[in-house]
This record gives sequence, C-alpha cells and structure tokens, in this order.
Amino acid sequence: MGRYIARRLLIAVPTLIVISFVIYAILALAPIDPLSQFGADPRVPAEVRERIRESLGLNQPWPIRYVKWMTSMFRGDFGVSFMSHSSVGDLIAQRLPNTLAVVGVAYVFGVLMGIPVGMISAIKRYSIFDHAATTVAFMGFSVPTFFTGLLLIIIFGIKLRWFPFIYSSTTQVHDLDSFVFQIRQSIMPITVLGLFNVATIARYVRSEMLEHLPLDYVRTARGKGLMERLVVLRHVLRNSLIPVVTLVALGVPTVFGGAIVTEQIFRVPGIGELLVTSISNGDIPVVATVVFIFAVLVVTFNLLADLLYAVLDPRIRYT
Amino acid sequence: MATTQARLTTATVKADMLRPPRSLWTDAWYQFRRHRLAMAGLAVLSFLIVATVVGPYFWPIRIDTLDYTIALQGPSADHPFGTDNLGRDIFARALWGGRVSIAVGLSAVFIAITLGTLVGALAGYFNKLDNPLMRLTDLFLSLPILPLLLIVIYLFRDVLRAAFGPEVGIFIMIVTVIGLLEWMPVARLVRAQFLSLKQKEFVEAARAIGDPDLAIIWRHILPNTLSPVLVAATIGVGGAILTESTLSFLGLGFPPDVPTWGRLLYDAQNFIDIATHWVVFPGFLIFVTVLSINYIGDGLRDALDPRKT
Amino acid sequence: MESSYVRRGFALAVTATMALAACTQQPAASPAPSASATPVAQRGAGGELKILYWQAPTILNAHQATGTKDNDASRLVLEPLASWDKNGQALANGLAAEIPTVANGGVAKDFTSVTWKLRTGVKWSDGTPFTADDVVGTYTYMCDEKTAASTVDVCEGVKSVTAKDPNTAVVTYSPAQPFYFQWGVGFNTPIIQKAQYANCLGVKAKDCPADLKPIGTGPYKVNTFKPGDVVQYDLNENFRDPNKPFFKTVTLKGGGDAASAARAVFQTGDVDYAWNLQVEASVLKPMAASSTTGRLLTSYASSVERLLVNFSNPDASLGDKRGEPDTKHPFFTDIHVRRALAMATDRASVASQLYGDGLTGKATCNILTAPTAMESKNSDSFDICKFDLNAANKELDDAGWAKGSDNVRAKGGQKLKILYQTTVNSVRQSTQAIMKSNWEKVGFQVELKSVPASTFFTNTSPDGANHFWADVEMFTNSGDPNPTGYFRGWTCKTATGKANNWNGSNYNRYCNPDFDKVVDQMAVEADQAKLAQLAIQANDILIKDVVIIPLINRVAPTPDGVSKALKGIDVSGWDSVMYNIADWSK
Repeated sequence: MGRYIARRLLIAVPTLIVISFVIYAILALAPIDPLSQFGADPRVPAEVRERIRESLGLNQPWPIRYVKWMTSMFRGDFGVSFMSHSSVGDLIAQRLPNTLAVVGVAYVFGVLMGIPVGMISAIKRYSIFDHAATTVAFMGFSVPTFFTGLLLIIIFGIKLRWFPFIYSSTTQVHDLDSFVFQIRQSIMPITVLGLFNVATIARYVRSEMLEHLPLDYVRTARGKGLMERLVVLRHVLRNSLIPVVTLVALGVPTVFGGAIVTEQIFRVPGIGELLVTSISNGDIPVVATVVFIFAVLVVTFNLLADLLYAVLDPRIRYT
Repeated sequence: MATTQARLTTATVKADMLRPPRSLWTDAWYQFRRHRLAMAGLAVLSFLIVATVVGPYFWPIRIDTLDYTIALQGPSADHPFGTDNLGRDIFARALWGGRVSIAVGLSAVFIAITLGTLVGALAGYFNKLDNPLMRLTDLFLSLPILPLLLIVIYLFRDVLRAAFGPEVGIFIMIVTVIGLLEWMPVARLVRAQFLSLKQKEFVEAARAIGDPDLAIIWRHILPNTLSPVLVAATIGVGGAILTESTLSFLGLGFPPDVPTWGRLLYDAQNFIDIATHWVVFPGFLIFVTVLSINYIGDGLRDALDPRKT
Repeated sequence: MESSYVRRGFALAVTATMALAACTQQPAASPAPSASATPVAQRGAGGELKILYWQAPTILNAHQATGTKDNDASRLVLEPLASWDKNGQALANGLAAEIPTVANGGVAKDFTSVTWKLRTGVKWSDGTPFTADDVVGTYTYMCDEKTAASTVDVCEGVKSVTAKDPNTAVVTYSPAQPFYFQWGVGFNTPIIQKAQYANCLGVKAKDCPADLKPIGTGPYKVNTFKPGDVVQYDLNENFRDPNKPFFKTVTLKGGGDAASAARAVFQTGDVDYAWNLQVEASVLKPMAASSTTGRLLTSYASSVERLLVNFSNPDASLGDKRGEPDTKHPFFTDIHVRRALAMATDRASVASQLYGDGLTGKATCNILTAPTAMESKNSDSFDICKFDLNAANKELDDAGWAKGSDNVRAKGGQKLKILYQTTVNSVRQSTQAIMKSNWEKVGFQVELKSVPASTFFTNTSPDGANHFWADVEMFTNSGDPNPTGYFRGWTCKTATGKANNWNGSNYNRYCNPDFDKVVDQMAVEADQAKLAQLAIQANDILIKDVVIIPLINRVAPTPDGVSKALKGIDVSGWDSVMYNIADWSK
C-alpha cells in the first residue's frame, strides 16, 4: 500500500505537468481574446490593440508563455490579472471564502442529507417517502438551477422579503447580528445547490442499497438475529459506499470550481463567477491558475478515493 | 454472489429442459412487464416520442407564426400551452422542439455511458491499463470546459456543417460534445465497481474455467455494475437536455430559432412572473421525460437482476 | 447572457478621438453650475448610496478600463478637467475653473493650443495639493505608448501638455486642432495623481497597485475594492465643495443579470441605482410602471441598433479570399435585393414589442440620430424606410428574382439565402425572429446565428462582427458630437480584411467614391451648419444605398433604473453616467 501511494504521488507530478500543458494550450488556442472588450468599438485603432497585446506579453508564442507561467508557478507566483492588474493569488483569496461559505456548505449539506434520504428510499422502496423523494429529485434534474434560483428570489426575496438576494461579500461576521445576516444572505444559494446535491447523492445511495439489500450476506446477518438497523448501517451501507465515495471525491474539486450559475444569480463573488468572467475577458493568467488548482484537486481527490476503496473493501488490492 | 450466479445457471438449465429456450433478454422483458411503474414510464416516453415526431404534422399552427395581438397569453383552446412574447404558439414549439430535445438527451447519454463504461471496465479489469486510463480521466475532469467548447466550435463546426448539413452536423457535434463532457464520472464509478468485483469468487471461478477476459467482463462483471450506470444515465438525460440549450448560448448549439425545451425555458426566464405558463410547460415536459426514463431504468435494473428470477 | 449594448459609454471614449482629428466643432462653453442654483445640501448627510451594475468593475483607473463599468466606477474618484453635458457641450464641473473659449482667450485663434485655468485650492483625497503638474503627469502617463493605456488615442496630435504655473495647464496641438477639447474633456482624460503613478509609467503600468486604489480629487475615495465584485467608497473630506457630496458612503456592487437588477430597483427598492436594464420591454414596462420605488431614466443620443449588409462574399469555399474587400457578394450587389430586404424590415414592431416604443428605444431609419441638428429628416420619405411586403415582392419580381417551389427566390441558380448573425441576447433573438418571419415572406431563406458578445466583438474571431462572414449582422454602435469619424467607418480604405487583421471599421466592405468625397469634405469643414448638411448627406447615402438598415435609436448611454428619491441625476449621453455624482442627493 505504501509503495502504491508513493508511486501514485510520483506519477502525479508528470500527470499534472501534462495537464497544465494541455490546459494552457487550450487557453492559448481558444478564440478568447483579452482585447475583445475593446472590440466593442470598431474604431479602436489597430496600433492601440497591438500595443496592448504587446504589453500583456501576448505577442510571444504560447509555448514560451507556458514555460514562463509554469516556472513562476513553481515559485508560488500566480501572475497578474490582465483585467484588474491585481495579483491572481489575491483575487482567488478574495473569492475562496465566499465559495466555501456557499458552495462548500451546500456540498456538505448535500452529502449529509443525501445518504440518509437515499437509505430510507431504498429500505422503504415505493413508499410515499420514496416517491416523494424521487419526484422532488427529478424536478431538480429537469429544471436548470437558474430557474430554482429565480423562483426563490421572486418568492422569498421579492414577495415575502425574507432574504436579501444581492449577496454582500463585505459582510464581516463579528457578532450575532452579522452572523444572522450572513445566514440570511446565504440561505437561498445554499438551498438551490444543496437540494441538487442531496438529490444526486440520494439517487446513487438508493440504487446501490437496493443492489445490496437482497444479497446473501444481508440475509445471513439478519438470520443471525442482528437488529435491522445494525444490518443496514454496518453491512449494507458500508458496501454501498464505493460509488458514493467516488462521487464525493469527484465533487470536492467542483466545490473549489464554484457554482457558476448559482453564484451569478445571487451575485456571490465566488471562484466560479471569477472563472467565467475571466474567460469572457480572455484573462488568461486567472483562468490558467484557477483551472490548474482545480486539476491539482482532481488528481488529489481521485487518489484519496482510490485509497478509500481499499479501506471499504479490503479485497481491493493495488499493485 | 458466486452462489447466485451458480443458482442462475442451474435455474436456466432446468428451465431449458422444461420449455423452449428463453434468452436473458426475453426473460428480462418478462420481468420488466411486471414492473408497473416501469411500464407506465415506457408508455409515457413512447407517447412523448410519437407525439413530438408526428404531432407537428397535425398541429395547424406553425412554430414561427408571429401574432403580437395575442402575445403572452395563458393557455386557451387555440393555444393549449399559451403564447410567448411574440405571440408564437408554445404548444407547437414544444412539440417541434421535443424531438430534438429527446433525441439529444438520449443519444448524448448513450455516448457518455458507453464511453464511460468502456474506459471504466478496461481500467478496472486490466491492471496495466488502470493508470493510463485513469490519468486520462483526470485530465478530462480538469479541462476548462468553456474554452474547450470554444475551440471545438472553432475547429469542427464548419467541417461538420459541410459534411452533414447544418442540422445533422450540429446534432452530431452537440451529442458528441455532451457525451465527451459527461463520461468521466461513469468511468470512475464503473472502475470502482470493477476493482471490487474482480476479486470476488465468481470471477475467479470463471477465470479458473478458462473464460476469456472479455467474456468475464461482459458476462460476469458488467451486469453487476449496472445500477450506478443506470442512475448516471437517468440523471444525465435531464442534464443533457438542459446542456443542449446552454451550448446554443455559446454559439455551439442549434440556431436560436430552434425551440428545444431547454431553449424555451431559457427564453422564458425573464417572464417567470408575468407569463408563468411559458415556464411551466417546457419544464413539465422535461420532468415527465426524465421521470419516465428513471422508472424505465428502475424496471430494467430489476429485470436484469439475476437474483430476482 | 452578455451585453447587447455595445458598451456605448466606452465606445464614446474611444470614438471621440477619431472624430476629432479634423473636425471643426466650436463647442460653446456652458457656465459652471453655481452652487447657489441648487439648495445647499449637507455633506455626508445621506448615509449609503447603493449602486448595482450587472457587469462588475475590474479596475479603477479609467486609463486601463476595459468597459463602461470601469469608467463609471473610476469616475467617482478621478475627474477630468471638464465633462460633456447632455447637449454635447463642455461643462466645467471638474478640475477646470472655467471652459476655455476663443472669446475668453483660453483657446488660441489658430486652434493650436488650449490654456486651462485650474481651480485653486483643490486637494487630493490624501490631503496633498492638486497642481498643473498632475495634469502634466497624467499626460506623461497616458500618452506614453508603452503604458498601453486604452485612452491613448486622445493623445493623437497632442504635441505637449505643460504647466505654465501651478494653476494653469496648456495643451498644445500640432497640427492645429479645431476640436480642441480632444484632450481634457470627458472620461477619457481623468486626471491621476502624479506622485502615486510615479512608479507606474511605461512598461510598469500593467502591474500597478495604484490602479486598484487610485487617489483622486473626486467627491468619493476608495475604501475597499474587490475586482470583479464590489467597490466601497467613502466621501472625500478634501473634496473642494464643502457641501458635497451628500452621501457618506457609496457601494457599487457588480455581477448578476439585468432582470433581477431591475427587480432590485423597481420591486424591492434594495438599490438606488441599477445600470443598464436591458431586458424585454414587456418585462420592464409593467415593472417600472407599477413601481413605488424606482423610475427609468430615458435619454437619447446616437446609439442605433442596425443591420449591416455584406458587400463582400462570405462563402467559405473561397478559402483565403473569403469576405475580402475585393470579392463581390453573390446577390447583395444587386441594389434591388438590398432594397427589398429593407422594405421587408418591420422596425415598428421591433420598437413596440421589444423596446416598448420609447421605453428603451424608438424606431429610426437614420444611422446618425444625434446631435439633433445633424439628424436627417429626409429618410421619412424614403420608400425603403416603409415596411411594405408588397413593394418588396414587386421589387424582386421586377428585378427577375423568381420564387421557386420552396418559396425561395432565385436568379441564374443563385438562391437568396441569408445567414443573419448577432450576439446572444434575448431581445436580439426576438428581433431576429421578427426579421426572419418577414424576410421569408418575400422569398429570402434566412438562417439565424447567435454568438456570445465576447466572441462577437473581437477582430480575432471568425464568428465576429469584424470578419462578418455572414450576409447580414446586427449590433448597436454610436457616433459622437462630431460624426466625421463615425462616417469614416464606411469609406473604401477602412474596409476590414486580412490585410489589416480585421481591424478596419468598414465591416460592410462598402466602397462608394461619392460617399468618400462627402466624408473628406466633412473632415475639413469648419462651419457647424455646413457640417450638419454634409452629415445628413452622408447619412442619406448610406440609407438609400441600403448599406445599413437602421432599426432602433436606443436609450443612451443605457436604460438605467433609479430610486424615485434620488435627486440631481442629469444623464448625459456623451459622458459617464457618474459625471455629476457629486450633485446626487436624496
């Protein structure tokens, strides 16, 4: 096992270098242009455009830019944003707390709620609870999150005026009032995202539990006179967790990536929002850094998932 | 599980002796028919497909007939789903767009599932392939989707348009793009199941009697990984129907006047409180479609489950 | 999804200079607004002013702006010497004590220099005194090519900016510049503090912390700035007018979408000012009409939503020659086809269904709609400006374009198939639907295409407006007080193509020597009345020749929603909406 981990970590380095190269190539070759903002006016003279392009270093071939970017990354320098002239590290640091407070909380909520909901659905298959959970889940899959968000804004933000729908990132939580405000302003985006996460995870847990419930070992356990609850928790759930672990591991990096649509609707200045505006502005240093951090998280969490498989199912051996 | 497998074999053997041979699939169909919800789902989905394919030929109003005098009206006898802001008939548009949405949803998910299962199965079964294939998956998971899509448009749109004509070309591109974006979770799920299953006794037994690898994968392991795959598929169809309309905002999808269900929803978003019908009907159609597919999936899983004979 | 407005304010900033090169506008001086004219407000009495932009500012130095959002957010802090008022006249509400004119001796008779008398006793927000050296410093910064300022084009023809004494700055032009306010007026020349930018000159400009927190002379100063999210301003205690500004703090929040921004100002009153509420009129109208909290600002200038007709051949099979100025469009070279297209264009329905007949725009058949004196009255009588399907059909019948079995007209095997592109935007997609419906009635076959704004407005994208690899395209653009530069965008030598890397402004690749002559005359015309005549002549050529089909004169700069309680707003279509924010109160 130890050797396996060491080898995987060793492979991670070249993997990430390859990934970073592909990412950079995509960004360099995609028709996104830092000057498209200027293009709004047809009469920005060509020389001005060329001068700006030059000042951003864009007249160098992209492989050279890639090498420069990569070497400064190793020194911990993420570069400077084309658009804001602010360091990319600062931009990410400004936005990460908002993303964690909204997307992160929604994700934790989704995992914590999704597993029990899925279990109950499976144990009481085709009960009223199961049907209700299925219906709500599929309503969630059929309607884009921007619609759920809009609906919440209109009902709770405008008609009832319970919650503010313009997220304020300058709120500092230092007392009870500001804490309550923070909760009030996060509750709608968290609900939108959380419900979607609950629905997804519950579907997988339900389905996997249904696979395992009729199996022999469960019958044996029951036959031994074990309490039903114990059977379910200790045996069935544990054996149903492999797909859940896979999903959770796939989901954690996306928490960092933010929830583009939800962040935009509720004006939560998170990483997702940063990524989208940076892409449309052609702000390559920002996009490249965010995507690369995302890639690091993907590789890390997939490794963690692989290790967890072995814990959950001791028969899994890596060579 | 080895015992179940064995039991299945004996059961089949016995059955063979008593009545004409029944394949796994006829057996499954027999099981499937007993699943009431699954049959209901199948009926609804078939109805939707037939209605969207044949319906537009019978419905008298064209999808692009403008009539400003009746803009934003609620459902009526003439316009069962009401009208949009230019007075176009939403029912006609939903019928016409439905065939595109359903086709995109099903085909894109089919591609994603097939590709994901293939990669996951190979990686999970063959130790040598595990690392390269999973690192490839990591790569795909890390790619920045938006810029990638822009490149795809840039490189392939005109090529496909030239080769297959505007509509089929765009259809192929959309379906491929969604499939290529969605296969990775399936691959990871299938691989995880394979890692666990390939160590089990029944697989070792099959190996011991000299079954070739591909047969073991296909016949013994794959059926047991079906449940997460089916969940991924049912969730994916709704996602693909919505993604199609997102793509058209990137200039990647169908032209803006093709009223797919996702497109109808997006067009309606600003009117959510003054013309609720515009939102409700396309949303409901997508919901009914994915729900039926879900129940079909449920029934299929039960029917193919060997333990349930 | 993206802005349909072609970020009009920013367009203005850049276009101004182009027009200026040779024009001879004689801007009349408006008197500085006297403090006694408005009731004396108490500084800082107003608490917080909440402003909502659905595009967030990313930088607070207007010289590095990439859009209106940045110019506007910067304007609370950095001021130019003078502003443009709503009539396109210079207004001394900035750092200049008065507007220089030939009469008061501020402007040299030969138009080679302008002497700006600066206000005395003005301090930067850090307490240090403002002097003419800062004006010179601003010139040094922005006009250094290596700085790559987005405002650099106002430097063209500026020979020097010098400090005659601490309160007098002299701008010298070479050659003579009849439009002597090129440098100094409007949001392309905000004055920055020389000391703060001492280390940001030239190549160092792109990594300059001062851009995130500039020290200014404006009514407010930056407290917190999170790029792409929010700016919090405090009032500037050192602001020159002891009674202003009224608000203690200002929060400018960015992000989200226009529709919910409209809800925040009209339905909940959560914000005092919501920028650019470009949503369908049928959504906006009831919201604004029933609102107890907000009202819509409506002012017009020269923003026109228009259709461009391609004169080059966009056929992909041409390879390298695709869309090049020397190719000929397969059927738009026939004037009858263009005329039929114009006659089948139902701008009235677009205006009423999508722009609320004056709510966010009104129908127009002119490409130049402002200044008022330069707007053509002739187009009302042009047959191509009237929506008439029968006339369009007849025009095509007479020209020999016959309808086939598929209802598409053709002549000599050439079908009238149109690819019609624009940006992704719900109003524009509805406009496309209306156009397609009518054009198909007269025998065109129309394929629609929509491209995200960020891909559309770039010279590097083959889907972009610049390449114009389609038959018809649609967007908004605008001129400025002197329209010479605007019209130069249809002259032969500005035709866009491979040779100029698609940076040419003549996307149509229209080339008409008669038109070029009119524009050349405009460039040397000193007399305002004659200039107006020439502008009308140029406008009429473009309309009659169906180079462009104007649709809608849009509200300018943008249709903004404001709180009913907010006073002192006086929108100018020629400057930033924030140009007089010091006067805003509740």
